Amino acid sequence: MSDFILQAVAVSKTYYSAAGELEAVADINLTVCPGEFLCIVGPSGCGKTTLLQLLAGLLPPTRGEVRLAGVPLTEPHPDIAVVFQKPHLMPWRTVRQNVLLPLQVAGLPTDEADRRAAEALSLVRLADFADVYPKSLSGGMEQRVAVARALAQHPRLLLLDEPFGALDALTRERLNRRLLHIWQTRRLTAVMVTHNIREAVYLADRVLVLSPRPATVSAEFSIDLPRPRPDGIEYSEAFGRLAYEIRQAIRE
Amino acid sequence: MFIDSFSKFYSLQVRRGEKQNRTLKFSLEVASIIAGLSLTVAVWALAAKLGGYPVFILPDPLTVWQELVKAASGGLLWYHAQATLVEIMGGLALGLTAATTAGYFLAKSPLLERLAGPYIVASQSIPAIAIAPLLIIWFGSGKLSKVIICALVVFFPVLVNTIVGIRSVDDGLQTLMRSLRASRWQTFTMLEVPAALPVLLGGLKIGVTLSVIGAVVGEFVGADRGLGYLINLSKGLFNTPLMFAALITLAAISLALYLLVSGLERRLLAWRE
Ligand SMILES: Nc1ncnc2c1ncn2[C@@H]1O[C@H](COP(=O)(O)OP(=O)(O)O)[C@@H](O)[C@H]1O
Ligand SMILES: [Mg+2]
Repeated sequence: MSDFILQAVAVSKTYYSAAGELEAVADINLTVCPGEFLCIVGPSGCGKTTLLQLLAGLLPPTRGEVRLAGVPLTEPHPDIAVVFQKPHLMPWRTVRQNVLLPLQVAGLPTDEADRRAAEALSLVRLADFADVYPKSLSGGMEQRVAVARALAQHPRLLLLDEPFGALDALTRERLNRRLLHIWQTRRLTAVMVTHNIREAVYLADRVLVLSPRPATVSAEFSIDLPRPRPDGIEYSEAFGRLAYEIRQAIRE
Repeated sequence: MFIDSFSKFYSLQVRRGEKQNRTLKFSLEVASIIAGLSLTVAVWALAAKLGGYPVFILPDPLTVWQELVKAASGGLLWYHAQATLVEIMGGLALGLTAATTAGYFLAKSPLLERLAGPYIVASQSIPAIAIAPLLIIWFGSGKLSKVIICALVVFFPVLVNTIVGIRSVDDGLQTLMRSLRASRWQTFTMLEVPAALPVLLGGLKIGVTLSVIGAVVGEFVGADRGLGYLINLSKGLFNTPLMFAALITLAAISLALYLLVSGLERRLLAWRE
């Protein structure tokens, strides 16, 4: 009945702690269409992680409602996979075993799980590192494992919390290109929060701008750039103009 | 909170143990034990020879060795060692089960820890030897009272390490498990147990050594069998070589248990190499 795969309807989140109340997210409305890549940009500390956890069903909203395909979302759902800000790998599991974790939790038969893990690892170009422990991986590789772990779940919706934010610019660029390729071939729906405007323009069909805390949607931009993104598009005039407009929207 | 301050002391020991294990290979550990043993025996032989003490004060290594062989071949040593071993194993089983179970729930419930913590810590100021007579009145002078003393001695360090281990589980991994819709049991077996294992094994190392002390303390206070009893008996007989033989057997048991846990640690924590 709903054309949207994901919806946030007047969602607010207030944290209550010993230090008092803190409103992190205020009255957010947003919709995500199937197959869309949506980026949400906002300054650090504005409530991006909070918003993503709300969309993932990991946090209950204080007010409002998140809906997955029209159905209220009150807990994590098997159609949703999350890539967190940090890789969150289990150091006692090898790369392959880390990717297998969600499949073991879901109780998949071993051969099916093995097949999916191998496929996900080759998508992120880590097949050669399957039997290595996380401690010998670089930061970029760790996040690729985290992406593979999410992809192995065969989600309909991928939620990403600035997954490459801690990496150097070149690595991030390479991983974003890879991510776009996977998103396109797998026909995924993706929502990524980030504080990096150029990253958002490069990846997204649509960019939402968040205000400083409490986060609320202050502007929306359609990104009409060709798909698949041609090489060097980051240096085109159209790209630069969009990035500039979004930058202005954040500044106000 | 009470327990946390104690935990600092224990986790310090644990960390030192971990470091050693990472740098030293198992064979190196065994080699150093043998080297240390040879040195001790050499110094001992020298002291006995130069000092010229009577045998009931300081017997030389050879006399002790002969007594050890005699006691072992006659079945006397085994008869007593068997009792002590059963007490140790029983005490470890009981103590470990109780401590890890209680530790898990204390780690999960700050309220429970606030309620029980002060009493658990206070109970540690009572030395095992002071409550041993009471336990022997209650549970008799057979093996059961020693098993309980042993379990009590093992309980605290394992409890503390369980609490520290479970508390150290990364919040991010907990959120990950939640996002995967893991059940309580899956989170326990796939996350909490493996994450707490390094600290837990550190507690176990301390625990197995203490368990030997616990058993002997119990046997000292009232028993008719066991290595602790044998030590008391040889004192009465002025048979110091026999006493040494019993002490050596005790040390060997402690060492074997310690090496067993070390081996277990190496296998289970291979991912840190
Ligand atoms: N569990 C929590 N309890 C209390 N305050 C929190 C909690 N998580 C986040 N916050 C606060 O909410 C605000 C938004 O945090 P977050 O969503 O992590 O922002 P971002 O991801 O944009 O950096 C911050 O001020 C942060 O300190
Ligand atoms: Mg964040």
